Amino acid sequence: MSAVTAGRRTGTQLTFRQKLSNFDYKFSPYLYVAPFFILFALLGAFPIIYTVNVSLYDWDLLKGQGDFIGFENYLTTLQDPFFWNAFGNTISIFLLSAVPQLVMATIIAAVLDQAIRASTFWRMSVLLPYIAAPVAVAVIFTQVFNQFGGPITGLTELMGLEPIRWGYDPFPAHIAIATMVNWRWTGYNALILLAAMQAIPRDMYESAALDGAGRIRRFWSITIPMIRPTMIFVIITATIGGLQIFTEPKLFDGQSNGGANRQFQTIVLYLYEMAFPRRDFGRAAATAWILFLIIVLIGLINYAISRTIASQDISRVRTPKRAALTANGVRR
Amino acid sequence: MTSTITRPPVAPTRPLGREERRRKARFYDRPGWLSYALLVVFFIAAVFPLWWSFVMASRQASDINAVPPVVIPGPNFIENVLKAFATVDFAKALLNSLIISGAIAVAVVFFSTLAGFAFAKLKFRGRNPLMVTVIATMAIPTQLGIIPLFMLVSELKLANSLWAVIIPGLVSAFGVFFMRQYLVDTIPDELIEAARMDGASMWGTFWHVAIPAARPAMAVLGLFMFMAAWTDFLWPLLVLGPKNPSVQTALAALNASGGHTPDYSMVLAGAIISIVPLLILFLFAGKQLIAGIMSGAVKG
Repeated sequence: MSAVTAGRRTGTQLTFRQKLSNFDYKFSPYLYVAPFFILFALLGAFPIIYTVNVSLYDWDLLKGQGDFIGFENYLTTLQDPFFWNAFGNTISIFLLSAVPQLVMATIIAAVLDQAIRASTFWRMSVLLPYIAAPVAVAVIFTQVFNQFGGPITGLTELMGLEPIRWGYDPFPAHIAIATMVNWRWTGYNALILLAAMQAIPRDMYESAALDGAGRIRRFWSITIPMIRPTMIFVIITATIGGLQIFTEPKLFDGQSNGGANRQFQTIVLYLYEMAFPRRDFGRAAATAWILFLIIVLIGLINYAISRTIASQDISRVRTPKRAALTANGVRR
Repeated sequence: MTSTITRPPVAPTRPLGREERRRKARFYDRPGWLSYALLVVFFIAAVFPLWWSFVMASRQASDINAVPPVVIPGPNFIENVLKAFATVDFAKALLNSLIISGAIAVAVVFFSTLAGFAFAKLKFRGRNPLMVTVIATMAIPTQLGIIPLFMLVSELKLANSLWAVIIPGLVSAFGVFFMRQYLVDTIPDELIEAARMDGASMWGTFWHVAIPAARPAMAVLGLFMFMAAWTDFLWPLLVLGPKNPSVQTALAALNASGGHTPDYSMVLAGAIISIVPLLILFLFAGKQLIAGIMSGAVKG
């Protein structure tokens, strides 16, 4: 059977082989996407939905699942000062890590966006921290921020300053934990932003240079507006990751769950404490859902803020989309 | 840095020539000494913590109190590594992590290529809504489901087994999305048509057309998945006991071994041990890793 005639045949005259082939082409795609959806339904979606069910019951350390109590776990959690303490710590650590990280990553990306010599070497060196696992990072930085010794205390001693109590005072502890996050992720995000910068057409810079815009001006008026979508993307991933921080504070003081006075207990650590030492799965599940809503909410706030910030200087740069809008404006 | 080429004097009335315009525009791309100074600072910031932990791992624990801080390696590295191996079962942990990360990387790459190929190149009813579903699940933190997942593992008597870590990692929405993005532009539609004309089955087309085309992306995705599985901590901490550790839980146990004043040198030697496998991977495949991140890879 030649391929040429196969194309011309109508549906009624198909041979068995062609029918088989059609069947194959019609149904195979479903088979190919099925493993993902089946496994995700079992291991991703089902547990998340079942979390709601868990959160509606009373749980006991010894007896396990108890009575149905509706939304009481949510109310108890929201009235728990320790929950709000964890919430405050999480936001504090998140801001201390996200903001400097983004600024630094943008600066690194802008530097690497030039015709740098040995660019592969520099790119690898900024990415190096990314290969250290959070556990290793936490172990290393716990000693870097060791208040009885270590390089930082050594330096403050050299300068004749009072030693900073990294492990005890909330704010220094937050800085130490945020530093772990920043150290690991800054280079990674810099490379994502660098990719966005390299996609900017060079002639935009060229014409701006001819119009007499200096380096700084070009950076603010071209680079920043043009990498806005990527910037939003990086902010949102940093938010999703940052609000779920667990490993670094857990290991910063391996003996407790976030410090002797919970001074750096984060939301996921609070969840962990509810679930595993206490076996109060209902409270833990309620906390998980509350955390999810917080992530969604902060993600939306982020999105709104980054849109307004990034669009402030874009009015001068006419992207093709804008130009099209104004062109259609007459017909609207 | 200024150009070494001396510029001819330009009469103010004459418009810029093409050559001069190009030279002026290239000014943006010419890094000055400040750029290199910044890069050196970033380099030191990236390397110093690792270097310092190696230095500490090669000395006595008491050297942590040295003023000024130590920066030169000492003679005790091997001794500290042996101490770490004697305190926690690092040999088993390394083997376990290798099995877990390898299995997860292979499974995710295979399932993602399969689904990514279907989403990128095959037409079937419901394709777009299904793809939107995949993208939506990317944004959901899977940690949200750890409590029921943990109950499930206890229920199935899987606690302390590597399966408890491998099974939840078998598929990744990000992986599917990543492979789809790559294959959409890589495989021409004509190629699939041609394979069909030649009488290839769908599976044959996948095997002989999609897999060879997807190979570079498969390598990058595999690399990312391996690293993500290797560095994961919360889930292995919950389901793997001290007798069957992953590298990360072993290191955490080592860190907790001495109460509030652990043997710093031994703990940091353990941290170095846990980093070395990925460091080797990074030296061999760093370029692919960078290419993967710059092609729009995200935190998996």
